Amino acid sequence: MKLVLDIMTVVAVSAGAFFFLAGTVGLLRFPDALTRLHALTKADNLGLGLVVLGLLPQAGSLRDGFKLVCVWLLVLIAGATVSQLIAYAARRDGPVP
Amino acid sequence: MTVGLALEIALAAVVLSVAVWTVAARDTFAAVGGFVAYGLLLTLVWMRLGAPDVALTEAAIGSGLTGAMLLAASARLRASEAAVAAERPGGIVRGLAALLSVVVAAALVASVLFLPDPAPTLAPAAAENAAATTLGNPVTNVLMAFRAMDTMLEKVVVLLALVGVWSLAPDRFWGGRPGPRHEADPNGVLAFLARLLPPVGIVVGIYILWVSADLPGGAFQGGAILAAMWLLVMMAGLTDAPQVSGRSLRLLLLAGPVVFLLVGLGGLALGEAFLAYPVAYAKPLILAIEFAMLLTIAVTLGLLVAGPPERESGS
Repeated sequence: MKLVLDIMTVVAVSAGAFFFLAGTVGLLRFPDALTRLHALTKADNLGLGLVVLGLLPQAGSLRDGFKLVCVWLLVLIAGATVSQLIAYAARRDGPVP
Repeated sequence: MTVGLALEIALAAVVLSVAVWTVAARDTFAAVGGFVAYGLLLTLVWMRLGAPDVALTEAAIGSGLTGAMLLAASARLRASEAAVAAERPGGIVRGLAALLSVVVAAALVASVLFLPDPAPTLAPAAAENAAATTLGNPVTNVLMAFRAMDTMLEKVVVLLALVGVWSLAPDRFWGGRPGPRHEADPNGVLAFLARLLPPVGIVVGIYILWVSADLPGGAFQGGAILAAMWLLVMMAGLTDAPQVSGRSLRLLLLAGPVVFLLVGLGGLALGEAFLAYPVAYAKPLILAIEFAMLLTIAVTLGLLVAGPPERESGS
């Protein structure tokens, strides 16, 4: 049982790390603010979500697991709000060369 | 080489590069971005060093609130930034600045290299007497009991900093409201976040104070979170910044230091010394001080970020 949980952790955290890597590459390579935001939110939402999912089997107690999920939800809310605001500011100020 | 060591070396390298980049960045806004990232990386360093209390403070105050203050400052400076960048100070000034930097850096290096080995420490004495206060967190023990005097004076210093910020206000706005009135779409995302997050943030802020008895946390970290919630509501335009001349606001600002002083004087009158807690009441007294301080710190930090009064008290 422990082996199955460990395998699940390794797979999910690796997948999460892949999304962070892809998001970072997108942030560096994409041409304008809106597409860069698109890349960034993938790292925030999916990347962190997968990392949290992978860490859940390792959490010592239900309480710790609940805290991990709360961290993910808070980052989701903050990330979604901030990217909306940045996108709004980017559209208002026009394309940045 | 173990994984932990590799991680630490990589972390140290990234922290140093972000620090150099922050100093070298020409654009003020970019430098502030670098500073915030630097603070968050430093938080990881403190965690690796096993100092979660310091890590929390670094994330909340060093990176978060200081970052917000620097962002506000860079927005104010934006209009004059090009003119300042175009000016080049003379050779003598630059030479003196370089000399001063080298001397300061050399003094820092010398003081680190010539630390006595083992370094002088009071940690064993603090750990031996930890039972006297019934608090499980040694950091809270030191801050609230063994070195309570320093903590009290620190609160007074923060209050003085706020008076310093206020004193930047033009005479006609003295006692008015800080910063511009923030306008945001009442149905927009920011207003949504400002309604959704504060209940969570207030619970977390008070929780961080409460657990500081046995786990990492404290009034400063909790107060910073409360201040952030307050600033969020102000920035979303859901409430206005308070008049700095308001009586209840002034009372909140004084609550922490005043309760601290009263308990201290009580120790002088009833016990052995200033700030000596009677052992039976140590925990409730410390809790009373910490809750008063939480309120004061939250209001003070929020007003520090909000800036000096800029509007008539009426508008």
